Amino acid sequence: MKALFLDSETSSQIERGIARWLGFGIAALILGLITFASFTALRYDWNWAIVWKYRAKLIDGWIATVWISAIALIASLVFGLISALAARSPLLFLRYLSKIYVEIIRGTPLLAQIFFFYYIVAHAADIENRYLVGVLIMATFSGAYISEIFRGGIESVGRSQLLSARAIGLSPYQTYRYVIFPQALRRSLPALAGQFANLIKDSSLLSVIAISEFMLNAQEVNALSYSTFESFFPLAIGYLALTLPIMRLARHLEKKLVFET
Amino acid sequence: MNIALDSVSQIYGEASALKAMNLSVTDCHCLALIGPSGGGKSTTLRLLAGLESPTSGSISVNGEELPRDDKLLHEYRKSVGVVFQAYNLFPHLNALENISLPLEVARGYGKSRAEERAHELLTRFQLADHSRKRPAELSGGQNQRVAIARALGPDPSLLLFDEPTSALDPEMTAEVLDVIDELIRDHKDVVIVTHEMGFARKMADQVAFIADGCLDSLGRPESLFASPPTETSARFLSRVLKY
Repeated sequence: MKALFLDSETSSQIERGIARWLGFGIAALILGLITFASFTALRYDWNWAIVWKYRAKLIDGWIATVWISAIALIASLVFGLISALAARSPLLFLRYLSKIYVEIIRGTPLLAQIFFFYYIVAHAADIENRYLVGVLIMATFSGAYISEIFRGGIESVGRSQLLSARAIGLSPYQTYRYVIFPQALRRSLPALAGQFANLIKDSSLLSVIAISEFMLNAQEVNALSYSTFESFFPLAIGYLALTLPIMRLARHLEKKLVFET
Repeated sequence: MNIALDSVSQIYGEASALKAMNLSVTDCHCLALIGPSGGGKSTTLRLLAGLESPTSGSISVNGEELPRDDKLLHEYRKSVGVVFQAYNLFPHLNALENISLPLEVARGYGKSRAEERAHELLTRFQLADHSRKRPAELSGGQNQRVAIARALGPDPSLLLFDEPTSALDPEMTAEVLDVIDELIRDHKDVVIVTHEMGFARKMADQVAFIADGCLDSLGRPESLFASPPTETSARFLSRVLKY
């Protein structure tokens, strides 16, 4: 009986499988009951029909979020890589540029950065397209975190390997290309996948500068339909549909890495 | 080979690893560097490998003075092979790739020629069956033989070994020493930092006893081991040969 609730090493594969499903079911049931009880206490009148009318708006917003996050991810990989390389540069001012960039971005709220970029930097640089501004803001923000991820990956390649790369006659460029990058990238992948999930969620803050992404569109549907929960439930599910698979992927990559080393 | 170190000092921050060391050997095929840990043996080897430049003094190998300029030193490094204590193989590459990468990338062999050479060396060291395995899947002795094959790839004129058996158990040590023995018999020039006194005694033409950043004594193994010329070397040898 106990075996049904515990992840016991001595149980058979089937028993462990059943125990896991049962455990998951109970956990889901508990959370479901709490949610259900909350809504019952609220005596909320559900009106899904009106939100169904605005479904196109929600779907458009979801697609915009996917695009913004995907492009911002690619740009942030470039920013992160440049910053991580600068952090290892022999030129001190490059190192400090990278350090200051990373510290300021990581040390200030994204919301403040969005306002600063949108109203000051983008205005000064005369960038009209708010989507472009949005992508650049997210890329700059995420790039600082990716810089640290890459730096960790690069530093995880031990000194002894660098010494032997030197001994076999590789140039510094060749050492990066054939020895450091392949290993650093592999070790960075789990954290990068996690960062992508964060990027998707964080992009919801772009709603404050009127970018029609998922969050803003859900807010608009709410304003039009006066049905808050029916607008925001699909929002939560839309984000989970993106982040859950990515976080699973991150965990899978992490496990794979453990087996390899 | 001929090797000459002329008052070579190497200072790391506050610590001096070598203190105006002089060492000269001529017409030697196997030079063994022995002595207490931290005495400067490995530093001497790294300098001979061109992996770093001395703080002061000059080094020449076979009559050529080692350049101080890193670009020229880079070219020099291509003419020597180095084997490290901890193998230092690349963990993301398999045995074959570990050997062929430097040939392909640093020496400009074509891919197929590099792989052919790698295969030839793996076969020679009885590792052909393991060519697709990564370092994590191989034993210490096998890894060290792969590392030797990697150093041997471009057919360097000089091979340098930095305590190649210190990380190995006795059986694997024998396995690796057999390979080095074979290379010496093949008339490769070898400099080896080692704690294997039996090997130094049997294989080396010259043994340099290095302690406290200086060359304490130098001589043919039979005379150096039989009657150590200095008090320090006598004390060291009596300790390490006690058991």
